[in-house]
Amino acid sequence: MKFITTLFLAALMAYAIGIYSALPWWSFAVTNLIVAIAIPQKPLISFVSGALAIGLLWACLSMIIDQSNHHILATKVATILPLKGSYIVLIIVTSIVGALVGGLASLTGSFIRSSKA
Amino acid sequence: MRLLPFIASAMVTIGLVTVLNTQLSIGPTKSPKLGYFLSPQHGFWKNAEKVNTNFDASILANELKGNVDVYLDDRLVPHIYADHDQDAYFVQGYLHAKFRLWQMDFQTRVASGRLSEIAGADKLSIDRFFRRLGMVYGAEKTEANINANNPEMKETVDAYTAGVNAFIKQMDPADMPFEFKLMNYAPEKWTPAKTYLFLMFMSYDLTGRSAASDLQLTNTRDFLGYDLFDKLYTNKQDSLDPIIPKGTVYQKPSIVPIKPAAADSAYLHQSTALAITNVETPVAPNKNNGSNNWAVSGSKTKSGRPILASDPHLGLNMPSLWYEVQITTPTHSTYGASFPGSPAVIIGFNDSLAWGVTNAGRDVLDFYEIKFKDSSENEYWYNGKWNTVEKRTEVIKVKDSADVVEQIPMTIWGPTMYDAHYQNPQSKGRNLAIQWTAHNSSTGVETFYRLNRAKNYDDYIKAISLWTCPGQNFVLATKSGDIAIKQQGSFVARWERQGDFIMPGDDSTYAWQGIIPNEENPTIKNPERGFVSSANQKPTDPSYPYYLGTASSFPLYRGISVNKHLTAMSGITAEDMQALQTNNDNVFAATARPALMKYVQVDKLSPDAKRMVDEMTNWDLVNSEHSKGITVFEIIWDSVTEAVWGDELAGSPIALTKPDDFVLVDQLLKDSNWSVADDIRTKDKKENFKDQVTLGVENATKKLLALEKENKLEWSLFKATRVMHLTKIPALSRMNLPIGGGKNIINASTEMHGPSWRMIVHLTDEIEAYGLYPGGQSGNPGSVYYDTFINYWAAGKYYRLLFLAKEKLIQNERTKWHIQFKKSNA
Repeated sequence: MKFITTLFLAALMAYAIGIYSALPWWSFAVTNLIVAIAIPQKPLISFVSGALAIGLLWACLSMIIDQSNHHILATKVATILPLKGSYIVLIIVTSIVGALVGGLASLTGSFIRSSKA
Repeated sequence: MRLLPFIASAMVTIGLVTVLNTQLSIGPTKSPKLGYFLSPQHGFWKNAEKVNTNFDASILANELKGNVDVYLDDRLVPHIYADHDQDAYFVQGYLHAKFRLWQMDFQTRVASGRLSEIAGADKLSIDRFFRRLGMVYGAEKTEANINANNPEMKETVDAYTAGVNAFIKQMDPADMPFEFKLMNYAPEKWTPAKTYLFLMFMSYDLTGRSAASDLQLTNTRDFLGYDLFDKLYTNKQDSLDPIIPKGTVYQKPSIVPIKPAAADSAYLHQSTALAITNVETPVAPNKNNGSNNWAVSGSKTKSGRPILASDPHLGLNMPSLWYEVQITTPTHSTYGASFPGSPAVIIGFNDSLAWGVTNAGRDVLDFYEIKFKDSSENEYWYNGKWNTVEKRTEVIKVKDSADVVEQIPMTIWGPTMYDAHYQNPQSKGRNLAIQWTAHNSSTGVETFYRLNRAKNYDDYIKAISLWTCPGQNFVLATKSGDIAIKQQGSFVARWERQGDFIMPGDDSTYAWQGIIPNEENPTIKNPERGFVSSANQKPTDPSYPYYLGTASSFPLYRGISVNKHLTAMSGITAEDMQALQTNNDNVFAATARPALMKYVQVDKLSPDAKRMVDEMTNWDLVNSEHSKGITVFEIIWDSVTEAVWGDELAGSPIALTKPDDFVLVDQLLKDSNWSVADDIRTKDKKENFKDQVTLGVENATKKLLALEKENKLEWSLFKATRVMHLTKIPALSRMNLPIGGGKNIINASTEMHGPSWRMIVHLTDEIEAYGLYPGGQSGNPGSVYYDTFINYWAAGKYYRLLFLAKEKLIQNERTKWHIQFKKSNA
């Protein structure tokens, strides 16, 4: 239950704060940290739920954008970056980058609330 | 709280975010900030435009005097309907920014020497070049002139600027153009100075080649000696078909320039052998920058109404230099190609007439050698005494590094471009000041502003009379049946060969002795032959009383081809003009191939070489996409020129220009015993044309066999015409386009250069117009409208241009979206 709640809450807050383009792109790390503090879980679980939240969010957003764009820009960017022109790989990379930052932020937050059992 | 794990985890997290928020060095370039760039809510994903985007919008702009309606058609061309001229230019600025903002920023940065600011020290040499060339200097003078003397133009450029800035102000940072995110910088406000800088860049692109060629020609003359130079780089073009027909009688010149008494020794036969310093070669505009234009009168058309064609040849880039637009206000209604960065329509038509431009190619840039008193460069020698210099300061900001400050000594001639602090192999350690008509203040866009509103021939003449730089051949066709062409600009009245080489800068007898009055510029109206045309050839035959410049500035063959076809045609339709504008006939090869074959010793050739020669002789002399014969001819010709000229130019430590092709063709046809054919490096042998041509064929065959192996013998595969993104990134470009044509061909499509806008206008009552450019109306690489027109362009096809009154346009099936600009919400 906590896992699911963290998942949804972190993704929701990351998306909400991402709407304010005046705020930096990594603001979701702060919101992930706050959610992890608010919903204490074991560190590993915290990491996974935080990573999954952003990973899934970024994957969904990029896939929706990419689909309506008929893969035009993703294919070009996947050629500029060394991804052999694959928009699929680019979406995966996007997702992984978000997941790593989100997961680490959540992990950091979890250590604030946890104590040696 | 588990303190140690918390600290460790926090550090790793912050570390990762920092790495993802930094530009990483990859060789000479830097990556984008990866975390930012990949973020779906901030980075490049935001520029991945929905394919079915709805461009309808309602925009509030209280700078406007009234409301403005814009209708976008299915090609994303905006049709602007405004009740006030200045409102139309405001909206034009807004739309230029909406669709092409990054390009506007980038092009003006190049022009003003501000690339280092965003791209680092790597770009310093190109920035210094443009600063010392006086680009900012020239733009400042034009701005000052317009602000002081031309309220109408000031108002126009101000309105345009306000429109651009209105767009920038409302833009969400997440929606910034893709390239800003890739290169990690942000747009800045537009200013009128940037419009003038952009126009300076066009001056540079079309007349700035002299900055390189004057030095190269001087160095070539130094190396060969003037007499041999004059033989190899002759100004005589026997096969010339000039813009104004041969035999035209010209009025007596009002200026008769006087050649300085000692010019033969102090100038023509001068030679400098100075030490060469180790700096890069200068930047130069493409030698093929030029164009075609023509107009045929009703006497030669099927409808009895004139038809005009114009296609400027420039670098093929995306976003394109051009942006199509229609502007309709109570004072005028015009359609055509505009420059993002400037108001008005540049090449186009209105409801009374059509106009087009080709580059005149006249020399309007000269170098003068300066002698400074000492290393402080505070005084220079002129007319028998030391004169003080004013230093012009230009500060170049460099990303991640200290500012670089240029102190440019300003002399009576102009800025000292080359001095002890700035050199390249071509300037050979000399101090060189530059005099350029682009440094004189101009009226900026007023010529186009007036052409947009012109109703007849007299209006056209009044409009172009204001034009100073870069000199152009302005062609005209009116609904009422007039056709005309005039070469207009501020052209220097020169004595023979004045300005071809570096001139002594201490002597006022070498100064420019006047600008040719407008009335004496070459022109013709309604000629008997029923057409006017220009393709960058010399404007006149040698009876014109002013020196035009070196022959190498004036390509010969396209003009011959255009005139040959136009002379033969009758009952002409718009489709015929499309076919002519995309014609691939090779008039040069038609002359050069038989000239070569005169000397090919077929029995001495290897079997492969014989096969290649057969391919060349069986070729139909058309530069078609799939032709192999043209590839073979090109490589053989290059190889022969290398064999003939190579020895004369060998041994020079700096690159020298090869003599022009027409020189070799003329000699091959005339003088089979030309002494220059001899390779001066082979002391015991005396080669002749037979030897050199045969050698050239054998050398070429080696290259051709290699190409054959790679399957690249077909012309379009060999030429690989491409439209490159301004950053030269291949993924953002269109490579290997299936198109024929080439240098010397009416369809002047070479590797990265060619017809950047093609337009045909049939002056019927409703105006039947066709056009396109190799690109798309959107500058966003993520948009489906980024490169829309390229396939049609490569295939030689055209779009019908929509030019209608508002009520008709609204009902047209091709009209898709409506952007309404309101001055208030009332």
